[in-house]
Amino acid sequence: MEIKAKGYLSPLSEEAKTSLWVYLKEWMCTTDAKRIGVLYLLFATFMALWGGLLSVIIRLELAQHGPDIITDASFYNALPGMHATAMIFFFIIPAFTGVANFVVPIQIGAPDMAFPKLNLAAFWILPPGALLTFAGFFMNSLPEFGWTAYPPLSNSVYTPIWGADFWVVGLILVGVSSTLGAVNFLATVFNMRCKGMKMFQLPLFTWAMTVTSFLILAATPVLTSALIMLTFERMFPGVFYFFNPAGGGDPILYQHLFWFYSHPAVYIMILPGFGMVSEVIQVFSRKHIFGYVLMVWSMIAIAVLGFLVWAHHMFATGIALNVRVGFMFLTMLIAVPTGIKIFSWLATIWGGSIKFDTPMLYATGFLAMFTIGGLSGVVVASVPVDIQLHDTYYVVAHIHYVLVAGSLMTAFAGVYFWFPKITGRFYNETLGKIHFWLTAIFINVTFFIQHWLGMKGMPRRYYDYDPAFEMANLISSVGSVVLFLAQFIFIANMLYSWRKGKVAEGNAWGDGFTLEWQITSPPDHHNFHHPPYWKPIIRQHVAADQPGGVWHRNGD
Amino acid sequence: MATQDASLAADPMIGEESLGVTNGKIGMWTFLVMDAMTFAGLLAGYARLRWTPGSEWPLPIEAFGFTGIQLTALNTFILICSSVSMVHVLAEQMRGNMDRAKKWMLATIIGGLLFLGIQGFEWTHLILDMWPYLFDEGYEAAYSVNFAATFFILTGFHGLHVSVGVIYNVIIYLGLKSGKISKDDTSVVEIAGLYWHFVDLVWILVFTFVYLI
Ligand code: HEM
Ligand SMILES: [Cu+2]
Repeated sequence: MEIKAKGYLSPLSEEAKTSLWVYLKEWMCTTDAKRIGVLYLLFATFMALWGGLLSVIIRLELAQHGPDIITDASFYNALPGMHATAMIFFFIIPAFTGVANFVVPIQIGAPDMAFPKLNLAAFWILPPGALLTFAGFFMNSLPEFGWTAYPPLSNSVYTPIWGADFWVVGLILVGVSSTLGAVNFLATVFNMRCKGMKMFQLPLFTWAMTVTSFLILAATPVLTSALIMLTFERMFPGVFYFFNPAGGGDPILYQHLFWFYSHPAVYIMILPGFGMVSEVIQVFSRKHIFGYVLMVWSMIAIAVLGFLVWAHHMFATGIALNVRVGFMFLTMLIAVPTGIKIFSWLATIWGGSIKFDTPMLYATGFLAMFTIGGLSGVVVASVPVDIQLHDTYYVVAHIHYVLVAGSLMTAFAGVYFWFPKITGRFYNETLGKIHFWLTAIFINVTFFIQHWLGMKGMPRRYYDYDPAFEMANLISSVGSVVLFLAQFIFIANMLYSWRKGKVAEGNAWGDGFTLEWQITSPPDHHNFHHPPYWKPIIRQHVAADQPGGVWHRNGD
Repeated sequence: MATQDASLAADPMIGEESLGVTNGKIGMWTFLVMDAMTFAGLLAGYARLRWTPGSEWPLPIEAFGFTGIQLTALNTFILICSSVSMVHVLAEQMRGNMDRAKKWMLATIIGGLLFLGIQGFEWTHLILDMWPYLFDEGYEAAYSVNFAATFFILTGFHGLHVSVGVIYNVIIYLGLKSGKISKDDTSVVEIAGLYWHFVDLVWILVFTFVYLI
């Protein structure tokens, strides 16, 4: 077979030009951050389909009250946890890592990541991690403790199955993978910047990945420590009682450790999206971002506050009232830097000469819908309200407005935005727009009504519900099916355009000013022929319609 | 403009080392931050279980039997000495005395192995003699079983780090011996040293918490 491609996509050796097998092998063992980024994206796409499939099964079961398509209630019980695990740990986080692997080194003018081999290793930990995590499906022993795995439910007394042990070990592996990635990103951003680029000259997406990497570095190991203790408690019953009150353990300890990771983790899942949206909005409004410095500091503020609010997930556990009030206050404070970011984006769009291509549609759609998620967050942050709404469908609605209308839509914005850079070709704009509208509309059909369900008292994660909730559940289920099917438009578009799309120039959108738009599409190996340098500018002093930094090809 | 361009072009730092240190060093520092957070999680678990109302924590002196705190204090001393010898490796390498550097590296490795040996001895004694309930359900623990649980988790996780460190140090030693690490490659040794000193530092925390307080 002959492979026609250019740039980093093209075969590296003579053999790879004629043999597909050798070409694939070159991809699997590559240390080029761009190729590793593409591997991450492919992996994330598969996992998204897998997680999406599980969610559709859940929704189909809930479309009517009473048992329908699933006869085994315990199998149903396991599904929400498996769906969440797939989406959070194997889709969103790897998808962002993938785009970042491609874009970050180029944006800072580096030939590659700081540790290319470590980069490859971090990626290849993921597939075995996924196999372990979902091993229960092959062994008919699925853990039924949700994605949070609270003990004592998750200890060996209540969940004495192998599938649960594999699940825990799988999660430890994902944690290792993402911390290795974070070490790599930090070293890259700190040390591989091209001449002249100061930290406060970094493109906002690179900044977002830097802050995210700090979050991963400080939060993920704490989850690992909790999972290690959980594993020991499961493996040696009667000897280790970290969390089991029967032996002097403390189940609330697990929740503290878990949320000390998982609250920051929600920002691990959204900050890169914030970064992508910042890039997209600048290019498609043809204006420089409004308040660059404030944008950076608000990201840092979100990260710092993110570590101080974990107990808002534990309002219903009986922790002391004054502790709850403190956490409530801090949680509501996060709305401030988040609001700053929203207003900066709006101010950037304001008065810009806007092009509504698909990435921009996704970016603006994200702005509108993420706001709903943020607002419902402030609602549940209030202790008395949360006592009522905790573990109802209201929380499910909140999660999905921030994760689907937030992270997923930003990821789409980013993938459409950089698709011409990654493949050298444009996606089909009409299909992109159809995909956007279907996605945006059916996210709301699926999830908006869940607020109402929650307020009326429908609990989350239940196999069956009161017949009074039937209509609303049916609407939500129909929405979820259409939403899922609409994603195949995206996949078809990507697959088709990758081979047949319109050829893109280096500066595919015409208005890109960061470094990745100054080189060919797709980029060559090692990105730059001559090390570039960035001519410092003071961002605040640049008039709104001026381009950002000035880029020079060194030696020309 | 043109002159400015020329001066920038002549700068050797373009493309890497914006901070003037190697990537490896930044990588190791960030890795250690994450490692410290793992230990922090385990220590937080320890603190919570110990200072919970009604936890019946024993005095460490009574719970360890004849290996006691003295043996571990000696072990701590050995580990600190191996950190000192690690410093000498780098110092001698910088002076170009590669033979001496090798010897100090060997001393560091032996220190690490001694530490592991003594810890293995201690664990054997504790498991077999002191805490029979670990294996035999008939025995009642004389106190909160979490004392033993946190003990094994903390010292075990640290022991794992020492083992990794010994392997790491052996690799460095082989590099020094074969000449692959020359007298100019100080940063390689420095980074290994960072890891080793970190393992040492964490031990002092673990020792203080588990044995002394
Ligand atoms: C202004 C911003 C936000 C606030 C004030 C907020 C507040 C909260 C609160 C109080 C809960 C706990 C509700 C309960 O369990 O009763 C919660 C749950 C959750 N939030 Fe947010 N949140 C915000 C933004 C986000 C973002 C950006 C994400 C992710 C991208 C996110 C993801 C989640 C998830 C996944 C849960 C559910 C966890 C579970 O119990 O399974 N939130 N949020
Ligand atoms: Cu939270």
